[in-house]
Amino acid sequence: MSAAEEVVTEAPAIEAVPKRAMTLGLGTSLVVLAALAIAPLFVKNFIIFQMTMLLIYALAVLALNILTGGSGQFSLGQSAFYAVGAYTSAILMEHFGMNYALTLPIAGVICFAFGFVFGQPALRLSGVYLALATFALAVAMPQLLKLGFFEHWTGGVQGLVVTKPDAPFGLPMSQDMWLYYFTLVIAIGIYIASINLLRSRSGRAFMAIRDNEIAASAMGVDVALYKTLAFGVSAGITGVAGGLGAIAVQFVAPDGYTITLAISLFLGMVVGGVGWLPGSIVGSAFIIFVPNIAEGISKGLSGAVFGVLLFLVIFLVPHGARQVAMVAQQMLGKLKKN
Amino acid sequence: MLVTHMRLGAFSAALALLAASSSGALAQKKYDTGASDTEIKIGNIMPYSGPASAYGVIGKTEEAYFKKINAEGGINGRKINFVSYDDAYSPPKTVEQARKLVESDEVLIVFNPLGTPPNTAIQKYMNSKKVPQLFVATGATKWNDPKDFPWTMGWQPNYQSETQIYAKYILKHKPDAKIGILYQNDDYGKDYLKGFKDGLGAKAASMIVVEESYEVSQPTIDSHIVKLKSSGADVFMNITTPKFAAQAIKKNAEIGWKPLHFLNNVSASIGSVIKPAGYEASQDIISSAYLKDPTDKQWEKDAGMIAWNQFLDKYYPEANRADASVMYAYTVAQGLVHVLKACGDDLTRANIMKQAASIKDLELGGLLPGVKVNTSATDFAPISQVQLMKFKGETWELFGEILTGDVGG
Repeated sequence: MSAAEEVVTEAPAIEAVPKRAMTLGLGTSLVVLAALAIAPLFVKNFIIFQMTMLLIYALAVLALNILTGGSGQFSLGQSAFYAVGAYTSAILMEHFGMNYALTLPIAGVICFAFGFVFGQPALRLSGVYLALATFALAVAMPQLLKLGFFEHWTGGVQGLVVTKPDAPFGLPMSQDMWLYYFTLVIAIGIYIASINLLRSRSGRAFMAIRDNEIAASAMGVDVALYKTLAFGVSAGITGVAGGLGAIAVQFVAPDGYTITLAISLFLGMVVGGVGWLPGSIVGSAFIIFVPNIAEGISKGLSGAVFGVLLFLVIFLVPHGARQVAMVAQQMLGKLKKN
Repeated sequence: MLVTHMRLGAFSAALALLAASSSGALAQKKYDTGASDTEIKIGNIMPYSGPASAYGVIGKTEEAYFKKINAEGGINGRKINFVSYDDAYSPPKTVEQARKLVESDEVLIVFNPLGTPPNTAIQKYMNSKKVPQLFVATGATKWNDPKDFPWTMGWQPNYQSETQIYAKYILKHKPDAKIGILYQNDDYGKDYLKGFKDGLGAKAASMIVVEESYEVSQPTIDSHIVKLKSSGADVFMNITTPKFAAQAIKKNAEIGWKPLHFLNNVSASIGSVIKPAGYEASQDIISSAYLKDPTDKQWEKDAGMIAWNQFLDKYYPEANRADASVMYAYTVAQGLVHVLKACGDDLTRANIMKQAASIKDLELGGLLPGVKVNTSATDFAPISQVQLMKFKGETWELFGEILTGDVGG
């Protein structure tokens, strides 16, 4: 059987998501945005910190969502891109004294390049094989960061401590609150850009490849280019998230970026709904808060409790938050009619 | 305070007021967040899940010990409320949990959080919040740095000072040694390695013939042992964690390599290393210790060991008594109780650090005879004494005097 036939007979790995269904309505978006903007004024710094992490992981999940939900490629290696972004920011800030805000675009560009290059061999792989190749990347990354060769820069196993930025212009807000709004602005920017990307010519090309590679190439889509591009964009956004994560946590170390992180992000994407960008924040909330809830139920069996909760979610709402949102929308529609 | 009995008659109210004012005059009760007349809230972070989850038993033992303290009336009448969270050994999660403890649960101190990367991640935060990060569960050398981090204090002898002691021993007794080193490729292994090289000083380059490292995720280290033997080394510095240490000892015997074998204290447990590797293969290994090994028969009738066993029988019967972490946790929890008792009614964070930094010759049941806990305003390394020991028959034979190896952060 030739490779072409194999692709044709293979069932599509990702269910086709129409591009309109990838976003939220304008009204809902504004409500969510308002909630995100106002909430920090009423809560403790610790909660603000958690919300910042929520946005950061949401960005990383969103990046994976563009790759998997948009272009139909799997990745279990997002933790590697996240780590590269985090280390880029940390090294630039601590060794070169660069302003934290400037390190983020650099982290993004470096990760974009890294993802684009990694996307080259990925072209030859698809489905589970691609997932495994990226898995290898995630496993290798913590060890690479420990290498004596890089140790001068990375701090080796000891990691690097990062200084947390103060609010600029003497704004009367805590470091946590400033960082939260800073992250929020970046997250909104990236979210809007991502939606526009998926609605653009490139986005349509991604989706065409996802739905049927051969048909896409017959229509004149440069499959190789767009596949690697999707990897690059996804890695770039993950890198920015990693950089923000390093600033928020104030510390980078190889132990923070293990395969567990990659799997968490993957989990977040599935729970949020594959291919549904707003679901990213729901998925992110799941991977941050549900382990804490599980631990609250039983300390010794937190892993098992987490497993049960995850199983329930997948069993009851296999399409994740997207499904819940759709049902809610239908019910609202009915109410309006009555 | 006693001033709550307002609904009683005037006489008793007056009496109560009198009592309140007089007790207030006798002992100034001072509290920071997390302490009150009835409770002391202690935070803790442990890897109950994840790659280092074997150490989770430390948190469980501490919880059991504080239960015992509470059952016996608490500390100066106050009960310990021990809040312990899981960080899965992931530094970002440690930061989240530390902030939860300090800002949401409002604990008085964070006690004995485990691991070098997790503690490094929260050190700056804890010091900027001025919340004690007391008796951290890691042997890294950097915790003894009261000048830069006055709110962080270590506990156990640090890794570097331990290997320095071995290095000094080698220089004295076997100056022409050809040394082969096996170490775990992480912060723990590299810290030990640094201490060893520092100890050898200028001779390190000529004496060390081969350095091998392994990853903790590797299933076996057999090939490294073969390589070490083929290098012709006659001294083996074994810097490995228990599973690998047992493998190394076994493999040594199998291939007939009989170097002068130094085993780091991390893996000196008879129950979890020596016994699985075989007594025969373990003869004459040199190590060092500061805690009593509960699986060592020589301590069977020891008063401290009997007390330890009674505590476990009553409060933690399912504990694995061969696990060195149980003894470790028991001892460090006793250390904390000592500090809290010394604080009296002044349970402020500053006073806790002050009392923790003024421990004089404290002897605890789990420590080797002669090993004492000592701190001062400039010495934040509570235990810095160890004793060398050689494995003979079925027990460790302590030899030489108690050695002190203080290395600053």
